[in-house]
Amino acid sequence: MKNLLILGAGTAGTMMANHLTKKLPKQEWQITIVDQHETHYYQPGFLFLPFDIYTEDQVKKDGTKFIPKSVEYIQKKIELIQPEANCVQLEGGEQVNYDLLIIATGSTIAPEEIEGMDGPMWHKNIFDFYTYEGAKALRDKLREWEGGKLVVHVTEMPIKCPVAPLEFAFLADSYFKNKGMRDKVEITYVTPLDGAFTKPRAAKALDYLLEEKDIKEVTSFNIERVDYENNKIIDYADVEVEYDLLVTVPTNMGDSVIERSGIGDDLNFVSTNKGSLQSKEYENVFVIGDATNLPTSKAGSVAHFEAEILTENILRYIKGEQLEEAFDGHANCFVETGNGKALLIDFNYVHEPVEGTFPIPGIGPLRLLKESKANHLGKLAFRWVYWNMLLKGVPIPFVSAKMNEKGKKLETVNT
Amino acid sequence: MKKIIAQKEIDVNEEGYLLDFNQWSKEIGEALAAENDITMTDRHWEVIDYLHDKHQKEEPLSIRGIKKSGVLNVKEFYSLFPGGPLKKSTLIAGIPKPKSCI
Ligand SMILES: Cc1cc2nc3c(=O)[nH]c(=O)nc-3n(C[C@H](O)[C@H](O)[C@H](O)COP(=O)(O)OP(=O)(O)OC[C@H]3O[C@@H](n4cnc5c(N)ncnc54)[C@H](O)[C@@H]3O)c2cc1C
Repeated sequence: MKNLLILGAGTAGTMMANHLTKKLPKQEWQITIVDQHETHYYQPGFLFLPFDIYTEDQVKKDGTKFIPKSVEYIQKKIELIQPEANCVQLEGGEQVNYDLLIIATGSTIAPEEIEGMDGPMWHKNIFDFYTYEGAKALRDKLREWEGGKLVVHVTEMPIKCPVAPLEFAFLADSYFKNKGMRDKVEITYVTPLDGAFTKPRAAKALDYLLEEKDIKEVTSFNIERVDYENNKIIDYADVEVEYDLLVTVPTNMGDSVIERSGIGDDLNFVSTNKGSLQSKEYENVFVIGDATNLPTSKAGSVAHFEAEILTENILRYIKGEQLEEAFDGHANCFVETGNGKALLIDFNYVHEPVEGTFPIPGIGPLRLLKESKANHLGKLAFRWVYWNMLLKGVPIPFVSAKMNEKGKKLETVNT
Repeated sequence: MKKIIAQKEIDVNEEGYLLDFNQWSKEIGEALAAENDITMTDRHWEVIDYLHDKHQKEEPLSIRGIKKSGVLNVKEFYSLFPGGPLKKSTLIAGIPKPKSCI
């Protein structure tokens, strides 16, 4: 019997367990998956929780329900990965040996990277919404907040779902309008980038929306520290931005097990072949989802596209065939713009986000890079798709792993 | 786009970044710095050497990288290249503007 071990039962790990259990011969391969938590969080829902759009129960479920019965599930913290010895150490001294390893440990926030961020005011008037605890604490704060300066801030790139902080600013605008207190709130969006988004084409569309919603923008802001005593963030050029309520996306890093095991970069991301998803250092180790160092967005949709390609490559690897460098960096995300509308962006390693229709060329029903109500419904439907199709590895109609170039106005990225 | 600088013709993109590092020389770096109101000192060149080294190894450049570089701290980086230090220093070094992000 051979062992295939999956580290992390989040979006990517759960999908891989579901794909592989259908493809690998059961008499030859045992699949095992390890995660520290029993709860599986729907992270895209963390954007809606602070505004009372989703309830707590809508963003979390018992994760083991999504793991196929034939897969062995171990609920423990992973202490150390030892790729030279083909084994993994779990908390409490348990050792698991493997023939093939998939690393899907995701990324988490690291507020301790910035002086003053997770100090005494953390979750008092400085919040994140990238964790369940942060999003919930922020919801409670917003329910009673009487207004003032709201600063929505991105610490440094890359972050998962890079549009989420911008969506947060848009939703905040709607939220306060609906509460009849928009005039009491000043919203400022602070980013280390040159513009609202990482891709210039989408940034143009998004800058316009910021203006329309009267959200101020501070760009090229590289934060040095949070002065929590005087309620301001300060950057290396000594630019200061004052806040009454700071909603920040702290530095995103891979899990500390990657650092302990010495297999990651400065931000604990694992060096991965961008087409095949094989680790660059160990041929029987594969990496998927937010844990990779790939130059594409860290998003559930990306993990979904990667999972299809990785499944094929693992089958090839097992048969001793050459891997295919098939992943094109395809990312696809809904951008919630408030007032019941959203826009949709679609891009890959070489193409900028484009205008057009999705998923069926020329028909849609969703429109790329344009605000619409249909896109908003698409975003809300994504939660159902996530729990019922995505995690279980059920193919989503019309949406392929590789970006479809038809029905789109394409523009190649300048490098 | 073509641009004449320090009596040499170079190819640059719309933002003024060199398209071909082989066309770069210290004189061109000096002249590009002057256009950005920066007078190069030994300390500036040490930073440019570091950037070239990173570029050659195809290691991405970032503010975080500067923090860990051991060459200089971020405050000094800002004081040597005021405004956008990564943007300005890479322009002077004749290498592409870092894509800090995805
Ligand atoms: C606010 C927000 C909004 C988002 N919106 C969207 C969106 O609209 N669309 C979209 O596509 N994506 C969105 N995303 C991103 C998406 O949620 C992630 O990209 C996706 O979950 C990544 O999947 P993953 O499996 O790589 O990591 P995760 O799902 O985070 O899973 C990693 C798992 O590994 C486990 N783990 C890690 N280290 C250890 C250890 N040492 N021991 C044991 N277990 C460990 C963790 O417990 C976790 O369960 C959003 C994310 C956030 C935070």
